[in-house]
Amino acid sequence: MNVRNAARLRVLPRARDALAARPPVDLAARRRRQGQRYRLNVNALRLAVAVIILGGWELAARFPTGHDWELRVGHLGLIDKFFWSQPSDIAQTLWHWIKDGTELGPLGQQVLVTMEETVGGFVVGSILGVVFGVVLGRNRLLSDVLSPYIKGANAIPRVVVGALFAISLGLDIKSKIATASVLVFFVVFFNAFQGVREVDRNLVANARILGANNRQLTSEIIVPSALSWIIASLHTSFGLALVGAVVGELFGATQGVGELIYSSKNLFDTAGVFAGMALLAAMALVAETLITALENRLITWRPPVATEVKI
Amino acid sequence: MVGRTAQCEEMTPAIELRGVTKRFLTPSGAVFIALRDLNMTVESGEFCAVVGPTGCGKSTTLALISGLEPASDGEVQVDARPVNGIIDGIGYVFQSDAVFPWKTVLENVAAGPRYHGVSTREARDRAREWIARVGLAGFEDRYPYQLSGGMRKRVALAQSLINGPRILLMDEPFSALDVQTRNLMENELLGLWSGSRTTVVFVTHDLEEAISLSDRVFVITAGPGTVKSNYKVDLPRPRNVAEIRFQPKFSQIYEEIWNDLRDEVLVSYERQKRGAA
Repeated sequence: MNVRNAARLRVLPRARDALAARPPVDLAARRRRQGQRYRLNVNALRLAVAVIILGGWELAARFPTGHDWELRVGHLGLIDKFFWSQPSDIAQTLWHWIKDGTELGPLGQQVLVTMEETVGGFVVGSILGVVFGVVLGRNRLLSDVLSPYIKGANAIPRVVVGALFAISLGLDIKSKIATASVLVFFVVFFNAFQGVREVDRNLVANARILGANNRQLTSEIIVPSALSWIIASLHTSFGLALVGAVVGELFGATQGVGELIYSSKNLFDTAGVFAGMALLAAMALVAETLITALENRLITWRPPVATEVKI
Repeated sequence: MVGRTAQCEEMTPAIELRGVTKRFLTPSGAVFIALRDLNMTVESGEFCAVVGPTGCGKSTTLALISGLEPASDGEVQVDARPVNGIIDGIGYVFQSDAVFPWKTVLENVAAGPRYHGVSTREARDRAREWIARVGLAGFEDRYPYQLSGGMRKRVALAQSLINGPRILLMDEPFSALDVQTRNLMENELLGLWSGSRTTVVFVTHDLEEAISLSDRVFVITAGPGTVKSNYKVDLPRPRNVAEIRFQPKFSQIYEEIWNDLRDEVLVSYERQKRGAA
């Protein structure tokens, strides 16, 4: 406490007023500073992880090729760049694709084609999953009758349907959307189904007492309640849609990132394979951000978790 | 008060349970008897409380009256009509939070009228009125998670009362609240009730709460529950629940009912101990 405040303390009759006169600690500002420092730390560490992994990879791939080194240690290289490539080559391939286009055409178009297939499969699969999940979740008889078939279908490694669709639907976008939507459907379906089953019985009783009919019960109680489950499943299922689209392209396509990877593989161009993978990862991250934004938009009624670390 | 009682006697009872038994099938396949041969008559416009030890079937009684659960045996009548399925004109305030977490306070309260076919605009207008009446004006756009436990109970109360129920069922509505909030809510409930002709069935395990609120107290036996006795509480109204307990007549009624209730509580307690051992 400085001299001026001490003087005021003597003047003021009550200690409580003196406390009030003390300049208030700005807790919000302190919290903000702490948060900023924390985020800075996280980002610095993330960068460090990238540098260590990519740098280690690059060094391990370069190590034996230097002439001096080669004489001394021969080909005891840690990583053979013919099989595993190296970050600088991958970056170069990416840059070449961006600048000059790929052997299949401009890079933007490949990304766009795969994105179309993925989003198409994601939308179709999600809608079907939600509809079937809610209907079967609400109808005991139907779900009991169909459950062995659904479980059986789910047990099949579903990417193989890509082969079927490549034959029956042709090599264009339809077969990829179909493959992706099959992968998405089951994840969303099981979550929607479970979400409907987990609805708080008190809420249902309350709605019925208040006069809700079956339709209102479904649209205002059951679906909103299952929505947290459904949206949680959308996070995983977008990744699966991407898998479906790429697998569909591997079974036969003329365009797309999956086809790009496939043709790079045929040329023993591992840098091209890795570059394609990097593109897919970037696409998945962008989509993840969009889904999180959608989630925050749709579920405003949930208490925000203050200390949540976004990964 | 006297005139009102006389009027009640001419009318058919609002709620009548005759020889009601409720059996449940437990997940292990055993039959659990929640209520056995229960008889209860509640006059129209009466505020009655149902007390009993834990697990005696108090909540089940409310579920039967509301039509949420069918009786296994016996007859449940509301306004001289047998109950099968949920009937109109019932309000139900649940023990746990049953307000819809994804709806704002306004949408929660407006739900009832909307379900009854009232236009959204009119439902909202009426909801605003009720929100103000339970002292939540200014909180219309909040979500339940942003409210305290007491405020959520007010939402639940407004949500039930907006439908203008002839019968209001309340299942330990204030048991999760702290004592001060609880007294406040009890007084407000009495205030809202006194202006209406609503019949109230108020389930509680708290005898003090039961006496200070109600005209009649039913004592239920340890499960399987049946009505052991019922007492008329002729304390004057309007009442202040925080002060009424200081009246000599209150403690007299309390003692009388407690003598009945104590045995049941002991039976229930012994059973729980044996179950745990």
